[in-house]
Amino acid sequence: MNTDLIPDGAALGAEETFSGYRRENGQTGVRNHLAVIPTSVCAAVVAARIADLVEGAVAIPNQHGCCQVGADFQQTKRTLIGLGQNPNVGAALVVGLGCENIDAAEIAAAIARTGKKTDHLLIQDCGGTLSATAEGARRAAPLARELSAMRRTPCPVAGLVLGVECGGSDFTSGLASNPATGAASDLLIQAGGVSILSETTEFIGAEHILADRAETPAVAQKLLAIVRACEQRSLAQHVDLRGSQPTPGNIAGGLTSIEEKSLGCIHKAGTAPIRDVLAYAEAPVGKGLFIMDSPGQDVDSVTGMLAGGATVILFTTGRGTPTGSPFAPVLKISANADTCVKMKYNIDIDVSEIIRGEASIAASGRLIFTEMLRAASGRLTKAESLGHREFGIYKIGPTF
Amino acid sequence: MNHLAVVIQAADNVATAVADLSAGAAVSFFVGQDARDCELQEDIPIGHKFAILDIPAGEAVIKYGEAIGTAAAAIPRGARVHIHNMESRRGRGDQS
Repeated sequence: MNTDLIPDGAALGAEETFSGYRRENGQTGVRNHLAVIPTSVCAAVVAARIADLVEGAVAIPNQHGCCQVGADFQQTKRTLIGLGQNPNVGAALVVGLGCENIDAAEIAAAIARTGKKTDHLLIQDCGGTLSATAEGARRAAPLARELSAMRRTPCPVAGLVLGVECGGSDFTSGLASNPATGAASDLLIQAGGVSILSETTEFIGAEHILADRAETPAVAQKLLAIVRACEQRSLAQHVDLRGSQPTPGNIAGGLTSIEEKSLGCIHKAGTAPIRDVLAYAEAPVGKGLFIMDSPGQDVDSVTGMLAGGATVILFTTGRGTPTGSPFAPVLKISANADTCVKMKYNIDIDVSEIIRGEASIAASGRLIFTEMLRAASGRLTKAESLGHREFGIYKIGPTF
Repeated sequence: MNHLAVVIQAADNVATAVADLSAGAAVSFFVGQDARDCELQEDIPIGHKFAILDIPAGEAVIKYGEAIGTAAAAIPRGARVHIHNMESRRGRGDQS
């Protein structure tokens, strides 16, 4: 392991830079995608076909957006807008069918407030699949070509927005990969950046520790309230959460209860004070560590952080998982030596030396931080190189 | 000495195996600064837990210095601790 890249105990300052894309609104991107965003499931195939035709375009497979009401509707809408506003998106094309309750023009206008180029079209107005696909490609291609001419420039590390995630956890997660990732999160916050911890389910049994780190009593109360609401939703099902959380794989890996899983999970957010609690897909205001209310299911959780503005994801795993994200580099970190061998084409950073007592949490945290800056500067993660673009919007109400 | 089990906090009553361990083995570990050992009552797969103290039925199982659940039966020192003898206290819609 090369831990010489950042010397032991070195303070990271605002002068620390990586190579990124400066956006019109002052935010910093680490990728430069043209996003093709279907407002509803009915527009998802056309959006995917447009992206297939245009180099540099990425479509998201939205499964929702029609016949939703109330908070569930607002959450889907907030997510689609947030994804388009994400600094890793250089320009966006919004594709609607034309009769769904999420309005393509409204989504496009909200995305355009960031200053990036945005366009939209409706399949019904275009005259169906063939003409909408052709029209979409005609509009997307010039946007993508314009993005391809943009160049990376040195950007302060403080402009990074990190999302921390864990999936396929086992005993190594709580012992090693999560604390090491937490050390990397602390380094970023010291340098003036933002870090987001999500997966409310995986605070159950550890919420008192997080609440003690809240900056104000009001933030502590918000945090306890989202955990209570999450547990209440599971109680209302009249089943034991165990078997779903922890998952059968977590249990096979040695985790016995949600409390045990949670106590390991929270380490991935390091030791920084908690600034605020965000709704799913809500953007943080200010710098430091934030909590986002999301399910423990990885794909929905990462999608929420992406929509909240996360530009890079550090994702720890014990048993191994391939998942990526449409617009952000997702770095896989594992301390399970077997998994690092068996799934070496999925795992970016091997921190199993911690388990063997051959490396410290702090040194591994510096390694993770360095690898994060390399990925932020353009090096593809293994999930990106294998085309993993998992995507899912967290539904919180029935569809009508 | 190569320790094959980890006790995370001095208050813990379980250790986590970091290798596959066999019944009858005397496994050493640190509790805080103190070196201890424990004879295993049964095989412990890598990543799984064993009691380092006798845990009476109904008492808390402690890891990370926190309760991770309740002993569903008396768990003797050296026995494996998992879903067969430890209940979660949270998310128990089946009991509500």
